[in-house]
Amino acid sequence: MTQEIIIAGFGGQGVLSMGKILAYAGLMEDKEVSWMPAYGPEQRGGTANVTVIVSDEKVSSPVLSSYDTAIVLNQPSLDKFEHMVKPGGTLIYDDFGILNHPTRTDINIYRIQAMQAATEMKLMKCFNMVVLGGYLKVHPIVSIESVMKALRKTLPERHHHLLPTNEQAILRGMDLV
Amino acid sequence: MENEVLLLKGNEAIAHAAIRCGCDGYFGYPITPQSEVLETLALMKPWETTGMVVVQAESEVASVNMLYGGGGCGKKVMTSSSSVGIALMQEGITYMAGADVPCLIVNVQRGGPGLGTIQPGQADYIQATRGGGNGDYNVIVLAPNSVQEMADFVDLGFDLAFKYCTPVMMLADGVIGQMMEKVVLPPQKPRRTNEEIAEQCPWASLGKPKTRGVNVITSLELQPEKMELKNHKLQEKYRKIEENEVRYELTGSENPEVAIVAFGCSSRISQKVVQLAKEEGIEVALLRPITLWPFPYDAVKELSKKVKSILVVENNAGQMVHDVRYAIEGRIPVNQYGRFGGIIPTPMEILEVLKKQL
Repeated sequence: MTQEIIIAGFGGQGVLSMGKILAYAGLMEDKEVSWMPAYGPEQRGGTANVTVIVSDEKVSSPVLSSYDTAIVLNQPSLDKFEHMVKPGGTLIYDDFGILNHPTRTDINIYRIQAMQAATEMKLMKCFNMVVLGGYLKVHPIVSIESVMKALRKTLPERHHHLLPTNEQAILRGMDLV
Repeated sequence: MENEVLLLKGNEAIAHAAIRCGCDGYFGYPITPQSEVLETLALMKPWETTGMVVVQAESEVASVNMLYGGGGCGKKVMTSSSSVGIALMQEGITYMAGADVPCLIVNVQRGGPGLGTIQPGQADYIQATRGGGNGDYNVIVLAPNSVQEMADFVDLGFDLAFKYCTPVMMLADGVIGQMMEKVVLPPQKPRRTNEEIAEQCPWASLGKPKTRGVNVITSLELQPEKMELKNHKLQEKYRKIEENEVRYELTGSENPEVAIVAFGCSSRISQKVVQLAKEEGIEVALLRPITLWPFPYDAVKELSKKVKSILVVENNAGQMVHDVRYAIEGRIPVNQYGRFGGIIPTPMEILEVLKKQL
């Protein structure tokens, strides 16, 4: 099993941390992982993206030009990455602010209203976890238990009271798909 | 927490490894894409645990001269920077090479020339492998291609630096510095005591006991006869390094029709090219120089006897390709492919280039 994933959106949407938690969850299951952020001008305003690879085999290139799954959270990212999904691959997108929806017919497209759900739950900070839940419903490459372990590892201890909230957000995301 | 598998950025791994291998001092100045080295050290506060000194100097020039001072005292000292910052350090590096001072310098390369870009590049190959500053000298150049090697090469770098009393450079790049991967950190070693340094490094200027004369750390020698002798000694040392310290990795097909030679991030991307090519029935071998100086000339020469042509992949306009051509002596065609200015080539892009030369 190898999943090559691009996660892209605006800076501040939690794109990089979603990728980190996914990679960390892979590590919890003894999988091979890599996490490669766009750290350039993107990080300084505009779009942010990160390539995450979770695999049973050693990861070769951390930089890719086509992906098994694209998780996109804004229009510029959708415009950029829709055509970079491998035929038969997966595109998951949050429809908030999307005017031009994806048009490809050779990939599996999931529209997820994560922004709306996070707002309703008053969990804006957990928006990325709602999206992650949606992704894991489509591709359960790691278990929820591993994601929770990863959160426990990556969140500073003073934020550990937020773990149940994050889990709630992930489960909500799974319901949305 | 020994043997625990962590998920770290390459830059973070360097900082952790430095503390664990008993580094005495880090002197640096922030620059993208390597700032996490200094950031992580500041977070870890090793001065409270191992006693390691961490200084954010006022500039790269100051950092490298602090390195000269620390190294001259036989301390395990290091700095890190990125391309344009390393260019500023060249004066200090040639002084240390000339004065036989050990140290570790990490270059997490970005695109150039000049201030260039903050995105990854590999355009400092020639600067690193030909010394970089004035005079006849070399520094040992290690090229990691994973986060694990970013950690491992800190200890290896210090070992080589002290074995040969010479500066060692770790030539990484923005990809390896910024990416996160699994890494197992080395066990914690104690820092050497001053007594141990005095015993292991009798040349160090760490206080003069009455039992010996004055230790002088300098690259200056005004008498040309003596200076020529000093140069001969340096060259003898470099021949010894060339003889003993060549490192490389040969992977991919055992019956290749074509080979790729690549280091650092380009070698990771090329691993994927080897896989993609195999799916199309093309057998490709991948030779990755781990030491860029000394360069694995013999390994490249041997490889050239098995393949019809070689593609050198490097994120620059053609630098390592000169060493590959030198090794092959014109026996087979050698092409080069690189993107630069911060652009990283994709595996598919390289595969297309490779197919054209079959």
